[in-house]
Amino acid sequence: MPTSLSPNLAPDKQREMLRQMLTIRRFEERASADYNAGKIYGVVHCYIGEEATAVGVCTALGRGDRIISTHRGHGHCIAKGADLNRMMAELYGRQTGYCKGKGGSMHIADFGIGMLGANGIVAGGISIITGAGLAAQMEGKGGVAVSFFGDGASNAGPFHECLNIAATWKLPMLYVCENNLHAAQTSAAQTHALPDVAGRAAGYGIPGIVVDGNDVFAVYQAANAAVDRARSGGGPTLIECKTYRQRAHTERKGQADPRDKAEVDAWMRKDPIALLERRLREQGELDDAGLQSIEGDIMAALEAAIAFAEASPFPLPEHATDDVFSA
Amino acid sequence: MRELTYNEAALEAIAEEMRRDPKIFYMSTDALPPLLKEFGPQRIRATPITEAALTGMAIGAAGCGFRPIVDWRQVTFCFVAMDQIVNQAAKIHYMFGGQVNFPILYRAAVGGGGLVAAQHSQSPYSMFMNVAGLKMFLPSTPHDMKGLLKTAIRDNNPVISFESSRLMARKGPVPEDDYTIPFGVADIKREGDDVTVVALAWLVHEALAAAEELAKEGVSVEIVDPRTLVPLDTETIRNSVQKTGRLVIADEAGPTAGFSAEVAALVTEDAATFAALKAPVKRVCALQVPIPYSPVLENHVFPDRGRITAGIREVLRGRRSEAA
Ligand SMILES: Cc1ncc(C[n+]2csc(CCOP(=O)(O)OP(=O)(O)O)c2C)c(N)n1
Repeated sequence: MPTSLSPNLAPDKQREMLRQMLTIRRFEERASADYNAGKIYGVVHCYIGEEATAVGVCTALGRGDRIISTHRGHGHCIAKGADLNRMMAELYGRQTGYCKGKGGSMHIADFGIGMLGANGIVAGGISIITGAGLAAQMEGKGGVAVSFFGDGASNAGPFHECLNIAATWKLPMLYVCENNLHAAQTSAAQTHALPDVAGRAAGYGIPGIVVDGNDVFAVYQAANAAVDRARSGGGPTLIECKTYRQRAHTERKGQADPRDKAEVDAWMRKDPIALLERRLREQGELDDAGLQSIEGDIMAALEAAIAFAEASPFPLPEHATDDVFSA
Repeated sequence: MRELTYNEAALEAIAEEMRRDPKIFYMSTDALPPLLKEFGPQRIRATPITEAALTGMAIGAAGCGFRPIVDWRQVTFCFVAMDQIVNQAAKIHYMFGGQVNFPILYRAAVGGGGLVAAQHSQSPYSMFMNVAGLKMFLPSTPHDMKGLLKTAIRDNNPVISFESSRLMARKGPVPEDDYTIPFGVADIKREGDDVTVVALAWLVHEALAAAEELAKEGVSVEIVDPRTLVPLDTETIRNSVQKTGRLVIADEAGPTAGFSAEVAALVTEDAATFAALKAPVKRVCALQVPIPYSPVLENHVFPDRGRITAGIREVLRGRRSEAA
C-alpha cells in the first residue's frame, strides 16, 4: 500500500495521535505484566500493533459520536478518551473501576464519552452500535456511530444483518473491520473466501475501503471521509484496516500461537508507532526531546493510574447483587 | 489405573469414537491440534466464528446420515445459535414425525472460577432442560466424562455435553478400554445415612470435601451425582432421600427455575419421598446474578464446600414442624 499523504492536521494534533498510540501501548505493556504478576485476572487481550486503527478513526470523531468495541478493547477506550485511572482500576477488579469490578478487561464501557463498551462475544457489539446509529439518526444532530470489530467477527451473522439494515436506512455508521489476519488460533485465510472483507460492502450497496491499518494518517483520512458521508446523510461505510496483533491472542503464558514466524516478523517491521514517529521526525514535528516529553507524560499518567488502582478498595462481597436491575 | 485429566478423557473418547465411525466429524472455531493431527482437516474442521451456522449445519448433516460434533467452547457462545438449538435441533425429529434421526453432539464449557466475567461464565443447563427434545449431561470426573461422551456420540439424538471449566485440568482414573455410561443413571459418589446431597460437577468434589469434614463429627452424608440432566435419574434421588430423610441440592447455577428447583420438585411431589422428609429441602446455589469479574465478587457468588457444609447443618437442625 502506498504511504498516505500527510493529513491536513495541525502538528499538535499529529503529535497527539502519537501520544494516544503510545499511551495504548504502554498501558497494555503494563497490563500484561500485571496480569502475569497476578494483579489482573481472567483474560487480557492486547491491541498492541493495531493502535493506528483506533486512533486514526477516533481522531475523526467528535465527543458526541459513539463507538463500540470488542474483547480487544483497551485501544478503543483510550482513543475515545477514557480515564486511565478508572480503566486500570477495573482491570485490578476495584470498586472505583469503570464497571465497579464487575466487568474487567473485556467489558470496559464509558457511555459518558460515547464508548458503548468492550464485548466478550464476537460480533456482539455490532447490532448494539447500529442501534446507536439509529439513535443518532433519530436525534438529528449529525452524530455518527462506529463499530470496531475483527476479521473473525465479519463472518458472523450480525455483521451482514447490520450492514444491510444500515445501508437500507442510510444510518450514520462506520463499520471498521480490524483485519489482523487471525481469529484466535485460526487464520483468516482458512475462514474467508475472499481476502478483503471490504469487498462485501458491494453486496449492500455501500462503499468498502481497504486501508493500511498501521498508517494512522491513512486510517484517519478514510475515517474522515466516511464520517463526512455519514453526517451528511449518505449512509454507512465499511472500512477495512489491514493490521496485525503483535502478540498472541491473549496474554496467558504458554498458549499456542500457530502464526508463521516470518509473517509475525514482517509485521513487526511495520510497527504503526515507529512509522508515525519516523514521519513526524521527517516532517520536522518531533525530535528526541519532544518524544521524551511525550513518553514522560505517559509514564507519569500510567504510574498515577496504577497508584490509583492499588489504593482503591475491592468491592464488598455484597455488591455482587447490586445493579442486576436499575432502580 | 492410569490417570487422565477431565479434558484428556474427553479427547480420548472423541478420538476413539472417530476411529470407530467414519461418519463422525468435528466443527469448532479453532481446530484442536491433537485431533487435527490424527484425523486431518476434513474431519476436524476449523470454522469461521459463526456458531449459528455451525449449529444448524450439524442438524442438516445429521439428517443426511453423518454424526457431527460441534464444539461451542464456552456455552455463552452458543446463545447466538438459539434458534437452531431450540426451534430446530430440539423439535425437528418430533415435528417431522420421527422420519430420520439427528445424531448430534454439542459440546459446551460451563461454570465459573476463571474470573472471566458474565459473558464467559455461566451454567445455563436448565434453560436447555426446559426444551423438550434435547438430552444433556454434566460429568464430574474424567471417568464419567469418557463413558458419557461415548454414549452421547452413539445416541441418535441431539445431545449437549456440558463440561465444567473448573474441572478441565483435574485428574482421575480412566479405564483404557471402550466403556460407556448409560444416560439416566446417577452415581452415588459417597454413601451415607443422615443427609443426601445432590450435587453437579465441581460441587460433587466440594460436597465430598464437606462430607469428609462432617464425618469427623459423626454426620454421615450421601452424595448423589446425577451425571445426566436429561434424562434425569429420579429414582436414585428419591431412594436416597427416602433413606436419609434430608436433602441439600448443590449447583453452580442460580436457583431460579434451575436444576435445583427441578430436583426439589421431583422429591416433594412424590408421596413416599415427601413423607420421608424430616426437614425442609435446602438449595445451595450461585446467587441469581450475572457472574462478576472481581475475585471478591465472584467468590461471593458461587457456592463452595463451606456453604454446602452450612446447608447440611441447616437441614440437620431443621424439623418438619418448623413450618407450622
Ligand atoms: C460468539 C463467540 N464465539 C467465539 C468466541 C471466542 N473468541 C474470542 S475472540 C475470538 C477471535 C476473534 O477474532 P477477531 O474477530 O478477528 O478479533 P481479534 O481477536 O483478531 O481481534 C474468538 C473465537 C467468542 N468470544 N464469541
